[in-house]
Amino acid sequence: MLVPLSWLKDYVDIDVQPKELEEKLFSCGFEVEELYEVGKDISGVVVGLVEECEPIPDTHLHVCKVNVGQGENLQICCGADNVHAGGKFPVALVGASVYMTAKDHKTVEGVMKIKKGKLRGYESHGMLCSGVELGVSENMYPGAGYNGLLVLPEDAEIGADVKPILGLDDWMFDISITANRADCQSIFGIAREVAAVLGKELKEPAIDYTETEVEKEGFAVTVDAPDLCPRYSAHYVYDVKIGESPAWMKRRLALVGCEAISNVVDITNYILKELGQPMHAFDCSYLEGNAINVRRAAEGEKVVTLNEKEYTLDTSNLVICDGVKPVALAGVMGGLNSEIRDATTEVMFECAKFARDNVRKTSRALGLISDSSSRYAKGVDEYSTVMALKRALHLIEELGCGKVAKTHCDVNTGNSVEPREMKVSIAKVNGVLGIEVPTEEIVRILTNLNFAPVVDGDELTLQIPAYREDMESYPDVAEEVIRMYGYDHVTPTFMPTAKVTTGGNNTKQKTDLKLKRALCATGAHECVHYSFFSPADLDLLGYAEDAPERQAIPLINPINEGLSIMRTTLAASMIHAISRNQKRGNMEGRLYEMAKIFVPKALPLAEYPDEQDVLCVGLWGEKESFFTLKGMAETVADTLCVKFSYERGQRTFLHPYQTAVILCDGEEIGYLGKVNYEIQDKEDMRTAGYVMEINLQKLAKYFGNVPKFNPLPKFDEEKRDLALVMSKEITCGEVEKCIKESCAYVTDVKLFDVYEGKPIPEDKKSMAYTVVFTPKDEAFGADTVDKFVESILKKLGKKLAIELRA
Amino acid sequence: MQELNGLSAKLDAIKQEILVGMESLDSSKAVYEFKKSFLDSKTGKIGQLMKGMKDIPPQERANYGKSVNALKEWALAQFEELDVKMKEKELLARYESEKVDITMPAEKVESGKLHPLTLIRNQLIDIFGSMGFEVYEGAEIETDYYNFTALNTPQDHPARDMQDTFYLSPEFLLRTQTSAGQIHVMENSKPPIKILSPGRVFRSDDDATHSPMFSQMEGLVVDEGITLCDLKGMLDVLVQKIFGEGTTTRLRPSYFPFTEPSVEVDVSCFECGGKGCKLCKGTGWIEVLGAGIVNKKVLEVCGIDSEKYSGLAFGIGMERLAMLKYGINNIKLLFESDVRVLKQLND
Repeated sequence: MLVPLSWLKDYVDIDVQPKELEEKLFSCGFEVEELYEVGKDISGVVVGLVEECEPIPDTHLHVCKVNVGQGENLQICCGADNVHAGGKFPVALVGASVYMTAKDHKTVEGVMKIKKGKLRGYESHGMLCSGVELGVSENMYPGAGYNGLLVLPEDAEIGADVKPILGLDDWMFDISITANRADCQSIFGIAREVAAVLGKELKEPAIDYTETEVEKEGFAVTVDAPDLCPRYSAHYVYDVKIGESPAWMKRRLALVGCEAISNVVDITNYILKELGQPMHAFDCSYLEGNAINVRRAAEGEKVVTLNEKEYTLDTSNLVICDGVKPVALAGVMGGLNSEIRDATTEVMFECAKFARDNVRKTSRALGLISDSSSRYAKGVDEYSTVMALKRALHLIEELGCGKVAKTHCDVNTGNSVEPREMKVSIAKVNGVLGIEVPTEEIVRILTNLNFAPVVDGDELTLQIPAYREDMESYPDVAEEVIRMYGYDHVTPTFMPTAKVTTGGNNTKQKTDLKLKRALCATGAHECVHYSFFSPADLDLLGYAEDAPERQAIPLINPINEGLSIMRTTLAASMIHAISRNQKRGNMEGRLYEMAKIFVPKALPLAEYPDEQDVLCVGLWGEKESFFTLKGMAETVADTLCVKFSYERGQRTFLHPYQTAVILCDGEEIGYLGKVNYEIQDKEDMRTAGYVMEINLQKLAKYFGNVPKFNPLPKFDEEKRDLALVMSKEITCGEVEKCIKESCAYVTDVKLFDVYEGKPIPEDKKSMAYTVVFTPKDEAFGADTVDKFVESILKKLGKKLAIELRA
Repeated sequence: MQELNGLSAKLDAIKQEILVGMESLDSSKAVYEFKKSFLDSKTGKIGQLMKGMKDIPPQERANYGKSVNALKEWALAQFEELDVKMKEKELLARYESEKVDITMPAEKVESGKLHPLTLIRNQLIDIFGSMGFEVYEGAEIETDYYNFTALNTPQDHPARDMQDTFYLSPEFLLRTQTSAGQIHVMENSKPPIKILSPGRVFRSDDDATHSPMFSQMEGLVVDEGITLCDLKGMLDVLVQKIFGEGTTTRLRPSYFPFTEPSVEVDVSCFECGGKGCKLCKGTGWIEVLGAGIVNKKVLEVCGIDSEKYSGLAFGIGMERLAMLKYGINNIKLLFESDVRVLKQLND
């Protein structure tokens, strides 16, 4: 929120520098996002009296002799049409800084430094300035809008800095207000805090006015929806003369970014900025039925607002109607049909409190945001509502633009605008803080905040002003005290009263970390992808319409289609990551992600979905293969102290012959395989990618498994290498299984060579295994192992038609 | 005597032969071979003399044996000495021959790296775990009640505007804060409570400094007599462990619906030590987290006696912490999985 220092000074005698005030505000909870001087870009510009002014022949230029109070007059060339001898104008001296304008003399194109120049052979030692060049608009200084020189008052002191004259020495505070302090969403609201933090008196804005005896006969206000409109006040003003607002008001509105429109409308805008209360002024002559009625809109009811757009409403929207028709969208915008015009002579002022949530919803639903709706959405207090109407009537009188009639309506739900009493224990306030704030300090602080504290032993009785709706109980009082007393008084302690507890990761969390470390040891980097993805990703992966992965939970309001459903697989993000890396020239790599997939019990969501922990691994590069990926699966198994088995499998996005499902204790827990060539093409992958997903939820029962120690064999193991010839169809796994089943002493079977070609018959292959035999209770005899081998070969022959290679 | 005289000449000749022969030996292997040609009991010249002992008349044998033995001893000593020298030389030569260019690239097994967010998470869990905080991972999909209402943010509360929420249904949403987990814990356990709740959170924000998904670590203590001073003390320990000894915190008033009082916590700039630099935008302070004393109403909603117990809570943005600690300049880098980025960071 923009707050000009000059405006704040209306209410508080501020005797500290802007920077110091910024620090004070910061320490009591109001962060000043930006603090700047209004004329921050302007320097070296002084009042100059043009003493001589001669036209330069055949040009629109004049050469002037300008008195800037520094000895000799300066020769300055000037192209403005209103330059004349005897006039006082701003002079940018050599070295001054002013705004540079485009050819139209209106558009600011940056800041420039004034240098000595030469125009048509005439030296020029400075520049006479326009309002635009000084960043001063017509509203900020009358006459500054003229497309020519800015004319300074005749009594301006020659050689004086122009900044104080033009209000450029004012300071702007852009203050961020936390959501609990709606009462500070105004300049007066901030002034209350400034007064409190500086310990200064607060000067209230004038709210007095004189009512005439005139009445708007029979006029009545009714509120049909008090839940959405707890207070509606209206006051009738007549003999209105629409015209321009005075310069001081226009200047203030300009400083806070508000356009001046006409005196009556400007008053409502001024009040919004000054007191944070949105107001509206109806042209009374357009109100039919001599009444105001506040009600929910009818389904399909239409209203045309001041922006000349028509909106179709429903019963969730609140409208202000006259006796016949809607004349405003409550809290959002007035209706075009009752707009203040130049010819307006009678006005009905509206000053109301509307429910913040309703205004916000209407504003969002209709896509219509105004200063009023933004303000209402933050919450307006009735104390300000009552005060604001009085202030508006005062300003009507002060500006002399109308007469305040007797007709005043106030429909409310009985909320008091008087202070409410609150009793708190001083010990409890200190108990929250953990320090003893001296009671006299507490009293001083709460007095400054206008809480009128009375101390009786431990009991503190406060009168909470009605605008402080955030004050509920002692922790709120504690916060008020400490933010004014200073957080630097809070001294660190280390929970001296707390009980000892145990902490750290649980088994699941430890297992996660153990897995991550094990995967890192294989050279894989951990990565993190968004929890949402795109329906297009499901298409990319080729999931069938009825695949469970298609049951993804959709976001109602996603940022975009690409982030619109919750992940049911981590594979798509991983494939994108592989492809992205390749596009950036990272031609090999290993990645893994541990994250959740979201499995709804039903859609739309009616109960918590199942959030399952999943591990996804992605590999790419020349060195990778199905088997390097399988090695990582084995790493996972080893880390969890379990055994995985693998069966040939299918996935729509994986290579039909390089895909396996992973099983643990017979249960399918995941898959691995090579990304198929269709996706490799679509994703522009230059080298093959491999993806594995393991559902950790299904492995959770093994978390915390501890490896069991096997005593070393008492007797020597024996190894035999067997080269076997078999049909090409037979798998390594089948052979291993058969060998193991053939002999109880076999403790390990390891393939070490595969060979096809001469002298092996064309339809066969040779696979060579090292088989380890481990004795149990006694050492093997001389020919024990040979006999084992014999029986293994027999079994292999019988079951799989495998022969020993000659 | 003739025999002996003849022997003496023979021995001298051998001695001479050895002395001359040794001159030209250039390896320990040659020394060995040369030695063998004299001392091999069968084929060596001295060996043969020893063997010839049996042909010597018995009365001369003693002298003969003595002389040959002396020669043998002498020869052994000669060869031994030469062998040591030769081996020394050879060892030096071997070393020299194995000289490497130590500036050539290392051969190493590149290990993968934990994600910066995991690194930060681990650091925080180490710190708080040792203080007795349990780790609680809540659900990413939450109800409006747990994410907002129970945290003192009812429907019409303006604080809802502070966080743009992704909704999945009128009731379910993607949690906007890990604080949602607080309520589940407080509903299901009795004080003393000390939990840390790390995890992903979501807000409808996507620009240079915001990501629609990011990570928070929520901390909560509920026990008797917990004060703002305890919060300050704990946060001091936290920032010193993360950013180094000498780092201090500054509390300033702020607002969160679920804490009262609420504070924004700044740390003294670890880059410039508080003098003011680019990182801290000249202020000497860096905003790192939000915290406060748990709002009485939140305790009460969870059935905890707010007269007896009080609590403190804090929420840390882990991306921000990771970016500050490791100097990562763009939040998006954390989610793009570029291996050139990921491989740089480690504990």
